[in-house]
This record gives sequence, structure tokens and C-alpha cells, in this order.
Amino acid sequence: MKLTHQFQTEEIVAGYDNKTILHGLNVDIPSNRINVIIGANACGKSTLLKTMARLIKPLSGKVILDGKSIDKIPPKQLARVLGILPQSPIVPEGISVTDLVGRGRYPHQSLFSGWTKKDYKAVAEAMEIMNITELANRNIDELSGGQRQRVWIAMALTQQTDILFLDEPTTFLDIAYQVEILDLLTDLNRKYGTTIVMVLHDINLSARYADHIFALRKGKLIAEGEPSKVITSKLVKEVFGLDCTVIADPISQSPLVIPKGRYHGHKDSNR
Amino acid sequence: MNNTNLITVIKDGRRQRRRRWIIVNALLVVIACILCVAMLMLGSTIYPVQDVIRSLMGESHNGVSFAVNTIRLPRMVAGLFAGLAFGIAGNTFQTMLRNPLANPDILGITAGSSVAALFCILILHTSNIAVSIASVVAGLITAVLIFIFSKGKTFSVGRLILVGIGMQAMLSALISYLLMVGAQEDIPTALRWLSGSLNGAQLPTLLPLIITVLLCAPIVIVLGKHLSILELGEQSATSLGLNTNMTRLLLILSSVFMIAIATSATGPIAFVAFLSGPIAKRLVGVGYSNVIPAGLVGVNLVLAADLIGQFAFEVRYPVGIITGLLGAPYLLYLLIRMNRKGSL
Repeated sequence: MKLTHQFQTEEIVAGYDNKTILHGLNVDIPSNRINVIIGANACGKSTLLKTMARLIKPLSGKVILDGKSIDKIPPKQLARVLGILPQSPIVPEGISVTDLVGRGRYPHQSLFSGWTKKDYKAVAEAMEIMNITELANRNIDELSGGQRQRVWIAMALTQQTDILFLDEPTTFLDIAYQVEILDLLTDLNRKYGTTIVMVLHDINLSARYADHIFALRKGKLIAEGEPSKVITSKLVKEVFGLDCTVIADPISQSPLVIPKGRYHGHKDSNR
Repeated sequence: MNNTNLITVIKDGRRQRRRRWIIVNALLVVIACILCVAMLMLGSTIYPVQDVIRSLMGESHNGVSFAVNTIRLPRMVAGLFAGLAFGIAGNTFQTMLRNPLANPDILGITAGSSVAALFCILILHTSNIAVSIASVVAGLITAVLIFIFSKGKTFSVGRLILVGIGMQAMLSALISYLLMVGAQEDIPTALRWLSGSLNGAQLPTLLPLIITVLLCAPIVIVLGKHLSILELGEQSATSLGLNTNMTRLLLILSSVFMIAIATSATGPIAFVAFLSGPIAKRLVGVGYSNVIPAGLVGVNLVLAADLIGQFAFEVRYPVGIITGLLGAPYLLYLLIRMNRKGSL
């Protein structure tokens, strides 16, 4: 079982160049849960994720892991606790699935060591969780988008971190793969207790898979908590500017957002 | 597939790739040794191996000793170390920037070193040490300038390459200018040097090159593992706990040192830095470090090209002409392929 960590941000201000995107954000990530950050385009959700995962340095404020600011923790040590799957990772041409997944072992290896038993075990385990065992010695160039995504997540898994960040892990995948990836991540959370923090575009999938939701608007946190409490038509209006009805998902009983639109209602249509 | 089975499959795959890596490197070493021996044996007179060894051991043997120890050995050593330097440094840039076009030749770093070296040779008439130092400084300045000029909101390799090409054009103009104002009697030497030549190498003047390669090549080899993490991109590398800025700085410094010193010693031997990495990668595949094979390919390219230049034609050509003939078609091929894939 993965360790429980205290992970929070303290008055984070972050952005690019002269543009501030996050305006003093305080976030406390519940440990060993699936956390999803939602919000409209350009609201800062990806920036928040990247700042927490130390890919972006905040302009002011701190990201704190177990009482220590993350820029004070040696990078390799931090990499054993905290991993991230970037939105568009770069693939070296012609690399085999095994070798790519194995690179996730980097923070556990010393400069000169080859692969140890532990490394092999971690790689095998990650491939099994991600259901890519058949692809082990295949070339990554030959794989489909969905398969590639699973390989990338497997690489993040071999890092064996307690906390895993994912920046839109389901973009560019069709609906079946989206559900599959989210199911696999849920397996990971339920089996090993890995704390998952991700940005998702689809609000309904977020509502279904998240234990805890953070809703952002213009760089500020405006609501957080269980999806059933947080996701209301009022919040959706506030976050996305969308008129909608929220009903219970017939499968999971989680909130299901039904957009109104201008054309298909009975009462308000312009017929 | 159960867990132990899978581990066996993974191990087998890795073992296969590892075996290929070892075999290719061993072959490259063997070929390099053969070429080295050939460099010592061949010349206007061909000496048998026994004579070569005897004269290398210090036994004086009228005629043989002079030809082998004073002419052919320095030539071989120059080719060996310059090949290593160009091969390893070129591969470092290409891997780090994930683009075969991003190598010291095309980025203009070699040209930067050339300008400084030419200035020292033609205008200042300085000692060899001064030429080496000037080349390194100029190489570093060029590298820094390219990085500064190509710095936009986000880092882009494409922009870096374009800026490098522009830089190279400017430096080439400077080279032409230096050739115009240089003393007439120095021009042939300068021209021969500019096309990359192992001619007239002497052991004492090769010392800076030998020391630099012996210092810098191991650094890059040891950092090979970091380099393969850097290849995954800034974000993944950071996530994996690599100190990306430090690693990049060390790699760039070592590479530029090697390129600059090698350039000052032998002249810019065309395309070796460009060809070695991709050829090595074709040979060993991806997954294991490409640093050592790239260095070995560099050695083989330089030595083979020099032998061809010396003996294949009526006239003796400097090594850089031959590597240039090899490299230019490859550059075209690469451009066409990248264009088709849309990755240009």
C-alpha cells in the first residue's frame, strides 16, 4: 500500500512571462484518492497541475510535501514520491516498449547500475496493470494512440511514486479507450492506494471517476469536494458558463451534466 | 502471461538488444584497429607490420622510424582523437535536441571555432596553444549566441537550427574575409586546414586534443544515461528527477570543448559530427546509449576517409573533402525524409 502524504499548495501565484494565471491558490490534496481538476479552457488547471508537479516554478507561494517545500527536496528523492505524465510526452524514434517503460526506473537507479531484479519486477508489474504485456518487445512507433498512452502511463507507474499527476490522460482517445484508461487508473488507486491528481476535460467522466473534485475559474478555486456535492447546475454555469440540468447517472449514481443548448428544449425553444 | 514469464520475455528482449550493442561496438573497435594499423603501414613506401611495431617500440630503423613515428603515427593519432571528438559531440547535440540536423556543423559552432583559429593563424600568427584556446572560446560564444538568439517564449529546436544556419552563413562570410586579407603565403595552409586535414600533424601539437578528449569523452559517456532521459523531453526528464539544466550544461560544455579543440587541431572535418550519431543509431538500435558507438563511428569515418583521400586517387585529397562527399548526399536524404514525415 502506498504511503499517505500531506500535499498542499500555499498561496501559489504562477504564470508565463507577464501573464499571471493562478492568483494565490491554496489546495490540499486528499491522500490516496482520485482527485480531478476541472475548469474551462485557459482557467489554469494545467498550470496548477504542472506547478504542483514542479514542472513550473511558482512566481510566489509554495508547494509543500509532508511539511517541506518541494524545491528543497533533492530531485531524485522527490521523483520517487511524485511522478507526472505530461500532456504530450516525447517519444524517441524506434525505442522498444520495454526500454521506454524501463526509463521510469531512473530515479531508483544509480549512475552505473544496470537493471536489478526490482527494476524488472517494476516494469513487468506496470505492463500488467496497463495491460500491455503483449507489446513488451514491440517498437513504440508501431502502436496505436490508445496503446501508446498506456505505455506512457506504464512508464510513470514504474517510477512507483505514491502520488501520480496526469495532464489530460484521455485526450485524443475515443470514448472506449477513455473509459479503459480511467478504469485502469482506478484499479491503480484501489489496489495500491496511489494518490492520483489529474486534469480531465470531460465533466461527466470526472464526476464518475473522481473521489474529490477541484473546480477552477480564472485561476481561483471556487469549489471542491465530492462530485455529488460539488457538481450542480449552478456550479457548471459558474465554471463553464453553461446552462444545464444535473441528473443522477443511471450506472454510478454520480452527477450527470445534461447541457441545455438553444435548440432542443420544449419550453425555451424558439419554435 | 504470468509475472515470471513476462520478466523472462522482457529480459530476453533486453539481452538481445544488449548483445547487438556489444557486437556492433566490438566490430567497430576491430575495424578501427585495422584502420589504425593501415594508417601506419601505408604511405609512399609500405612497411610490414613487424617493422612498424619495431619502430614504435623505439628501435631506430633508418627510414622506417621517421616515416612511421614522425609522420604516420601523429596522423593516425590526430584522426583517432578528432574522430572520437566529432562523433561523440555531434551525437550529444543531436540526441539532446532530438534532431539530427541539430549538430555542431549545421549550428555553426564548428564555424565559430574555425573563424577564431583562422584569425590566429592568418592574422596574429600565434602559437598552437593560443589557437586552441581561441577556438574553444569562440565555439562557446557561438553556442551561447545561438541559444540566446533562438530563445523565444518557448524553446524550439526548429528555431535553434534556423538561427544556427544564419549564424553559420555569417561566420562563413567572416572566413572568406579573413582569407582575403591574410598574407598570400599563408593562404594554402589556411585552405588545407579549412577543408579538414590530418596532414602535418605532430604529436606535441596534438596534446591539447588528446587531453581534452580523454577528459571530456568519459564525462559524456558517464552522462549517457542522463542523456537518454533528457531525450524524453524537459517535462518527463524533470518528472524523473533529472537535474536538466546541470546535465545540459555539462554535456554542452564537454561537447563544445571537444569540437573546438578538434577543429583547431585538424580543421573542421566536414560532416563527421553530423553523420556519426545517425549511423551509430542505425547500427546499434535504440535503447542503449549511443555515445560510445557514435564515437567509434566517428573514428572509423575519419580514418577511412583519410586513407581513401590519400590512396584512392591520383591526387591526394585532405580527409574533409572525402567526408564532405559522403555527408552531403546524406544531408539531402535526411531533409527529404524529414520533409515527407512533416518533422522539418
